[in-house]
Amino acid sequence: MSRFSVDGEPLGFTEGQTVAAALVAAGRVAWRTTRVGRRPRGVFCGIGVCFDCLVTIDGAVGQRACLIPARAGMTVTTQEDDDG
Amino acid sequence: MGETADLVVVGAGPAGLAAAVTALAGGLSVALVDSGTAVGGQYWRHPPDHARPAIPTADLHHGLREYRALRRALSTARARGRLDLRLAHHVWSVTRDDDGFTVHSVDRRRAPEETAVALRAPRLLVATGAYDRQLPFPGWDLPGVLTVGGLQALLKGGGVAAGRRVALGGTGPFLLPVAAGLASRGVEVVAVCEAAGPSAWLRQPGPLLRNPAKWAEGARYGLTLARHGVRLHPRTAIVAAGGTDRVSSVRIASLAPDGSPRPGTERRVEVDAVGVGWGFTPQLDLLVPLGCHLTDSGDGSAVVAVDTGQRTTVPGLYAAGEVCGVGGARLSLAEGRLAAGSVLADHGAAPVPGRRRLAAARATVAGQRAFARAMARAHPIPPGWAKWLTDDTVLCRCEEVTAGAVRAARADCGASDHRQVKQLTRAGMGWCQGRICGPAVHCLVAPHRPYAPTERLIATPVTLGVLADLDDAGENTEGAAHE
Amino acid sequence: MTLHRGVSALKVVVVGAGAVGAACAFHAASAGLDVTVVDRGPVGAGTTSRGEGNVLLSDKEPGPELDLARLSRALWDEAGDELGAASFELEPKGGLVVASTGEGLAALGEFAARQARAGVRVERVDDVRKLEPHIAPGVPGGVHYPQDAQVQPVLAAAALLRAAVERGARTRTAEVAAAVAGRNGEVTGVRTAAGETLPADAVVNAAGTWGGELGRRLGAPVEVLPRRGFVLVTEPLPPMVRHKVYSADYVAGVASSDAGLETSCVVEGTRGGTILIGASRERVGFDTTMNPAVVTRLAAQACRLFPFLRNTHLIRTYRGFRPYCPDHLPVVGPDPRAPGVVHACGHEGAGIGLAPATGALVTAHLLGRPWRGADPAAHTALLPDRFLTPKGAAQ
Repeated sequence: MSRFSVDGEPLGFTEGQTVAAALVAAGRVAWRTTRVGRRPRGVFCGIGVCFDCLVTIDGAVGQRACLIPARAGMTVTTQEDDDG
Repeated sequence: MGETADLVVVGAGPAGLAAAVTALAGGLSVALVDSGTAVGGQYWRHPPDHARPAIPTADLHHGLREYRALRRALSTARARGRLDLRLAHHVWSVTRDDDGFTVHSVDRRRAPEETAVALRAPRLLVATGAYDRQLPFPGWDLPGVLTVGGLQALLKGGGVAAGRRVALGGTGPFLLPVAAGLASRGVEVVAVCEAAGPSAWLRQPGPLLRNPAKWAEGARYGLTLARHGVRLHPRTAIVAAGGTDRVSSVRIASLAPDGSPRPGTERRVEVDAVGVGWGFTPQLDLLVPLGCHLTDSGDGSAVVAVDTGQRTTVPGLYAAGEVCGVGGARLSLAEGRLAAGSVLADHGAAPVPGRRRLAAARATVAGQRAFARAMARAHPIPPGWAKWLTDDTVLCRCEEVTAGAVRAARADCGASDHRQVKQLTRAGMGWCQGRICGPAVHCLVAPHRPYAPTERLIATPVTLGVLADLDDAGENTEGAAHE
Repeated sequence: MTLHRGVSALKVVVVGAGAVGAACAFHAASAGLDVTVVDRGPVGAGTTSRGEGNVLLSDKEPGPELDLARLSRALWDEAGDELGAASFELEPKGGLVVASTGEGLAALGEFAARQARAGVRVERVDDVRKLEPHIAPGVPGGVHYPQDAQVQPVLAAAALLRAAVERGARTRTAEVAAAVAGRNGEVTGVRTAAGETLPADAVVNAAGTWGGELGRRLGAPVEVLPRRGFVLVTEPLPPMVRHKVYSADYVAGVASSDAGLETSCVVEGTRGGTILIGASRERVGFDTTMNPAVVTRLAAQACRLFPFLRNTHLIRTYRGFRPYCPDHLPVVGPDPRAPGVVHACGHEGAGIGLAPATGALVTAHLLGRPWRGADPAAHTALLPDRFLTPKGAAQ
């Protein structure tokens, strides 16, 4: 199984899964905190429409985890909206 | 800027695939663009080609023979240099000039890197599909609550089930394949809450009787569900979800004839994931700014108006599939073929697929549209749905705008459409630009008109750096010179 | 102007429920006039909803528009006190105009000195990064305008209209088709497209970009033309841009009459966390077509001013049509050709900022005496008379 890192912790995934699918497969359904209500969010629409699943990937903020294929060695940082 | 191809097709779902393959067969060169990493759209969503052995999903699909035939045709055309296949390309704008269309996209194959790619052609076919329509309820923003399409996408695209104990709710035939898919992968589907009554289909016998294939499909799902002990609960709805950091329960209520929850019928069911969907919203973002006329689909959504050859009201612009009205893969395939037939005819190319096959496609479209209308009548948005909203229920997930705020905008400022609500409350102003909350907000303030999305001149977010580089490279100054 | 009828309430129909129309209704109703606001759409649905909500002194040369803007700035504060500044997100954030070259800085300094003599508060800034930490390095300097402010324009129009209604005004959804004239040619009402007549002693043309067309229907044509502008909206971010920041060439763009595409970079944050990027100017009639070249040009200029924006997503673009008169001054005041018609349009990109003073000035014209600091005698350069030949026809 390949691995990428989520907030510094390694996470295994099957090649071909999106970042969101890998997170969900590992039992995580929430990884973002909303700006106003500080509420947890994760994958909702799963097809790139809702933007609930935003993460930072290799330093690039605002990436939809449900669209981006996981790659070995990728650095995923979960996003507090106030962190930018 | 030179021509990329004779035809650009945006969207590689059933409609776009059928259109591209038909146009290629007629001798045209085609650029086929899709944001996904594999062709197939949502209906035939697959992991990327290289990952298919590791993530088997064939058992979740229908009509794979057709899918494989279309893929073979694409491969052949690609090998001959006639197909420019652009996967993981996201289109942010389409513009029209005297000679045709420019499709402005970003290549995200190496995401998060993005590279600007502009495609040009004298003709454009938009087959961008649809996404799940949502009716908010208290707790729908808890993690673990997904759209039914989202559950399906994780399953078909990644082989992942989002929970072990799942409740599904909403309305429409799409709930069944998702329930069957989850059940066949060992998920305990504790309830399927269908807002329509058990006899809803029977009130529309004509189109149903004329579509035996749909009966067969329904029966197959029924068998799968029965085998796994999954129960369909007609005239019920998931009216609330509970939990702290993740959904842990739902409340299910029986619905009165107007669709409002019957007091005293609520029961609590423990779950670890939920899927909800109330039909689909067509993805019209590329079509609206081009000035296409829209029309009422009869299912609560505006769709793009097309003639019997799938031509929109904008010359050179064609549309096929769910953007013309939601009706399933068979309808989309037939519309794609018809649209490509028109492209060929308008291009002056030889008539492929030939008059008889075009007539057959037309007959399929007519039959499937009748079926879709019957389905829409059988599975309407329940008029009383808003009764399950509390004032603090979040409607706009992005900007966290509540139902109370939207109701106040309506009461205090007379807001009568979702655009006005957006200006007054920020509902629909966030990341998703009202794609998720727009239909629901519309239902609250203008329930008797079909939902037409606000114009979105930017169809997908794109970094300012990529746009800035386009300007610096001078590639995009053509338009400026016209001004 | 002798519209004032003593103690009995003058009947006023305000056509247009944008920021300017709402401000006219608010002031006229506050003055005790009998006000009906007529619009074919909802409040603030036209150009009001298409801008950034600018309340600016910084971009105005000394002259009639600046005089109106200074009064308006004070009246926005009053409106904030009266209606609740938070209800329309009134934010006195201040403007920062930056030069890109030493020469530009000298010209900007000279411009600011003239503004200061006209009563504008200006502060020379040598190190602009003290005010805007994320601005590009190497900016030679700028001028800070502490009076510049921002409002959420639709909320502002809605708040003003709501307050007008609380003061007795009525609102109607209808399209005005024509004026109804009395025996001496004076206006006695308006007829709607549905054939209904609304009696009026005065009709206020606050139709914004459509003010030219409405003027024709009222028998008082004025030349109000559309000037298209795009605004870019980014993803929501934590506060990165504190002021309204723009390059000195924006002022030239505002004053220019060039028909071609002009862009001059304007960048600012909003309460919602998004960053707004303007401003483009094109004279293409009411053409609503998306122009990606404008979007990429604005993106390039914004990224040069704030390099962090390169990694920021554009999530939305919208465009609107600024209503401008050929001499770039609004037209505010009674039209001598159609007694009873009072114009309040042609504000170009400054309609939000100028709305309260326009409302007060229109009310003063209707009352025949100064109102809330607006004295018709002090704003004669805005009268429609400037477009009329001695015979009274439009030039």
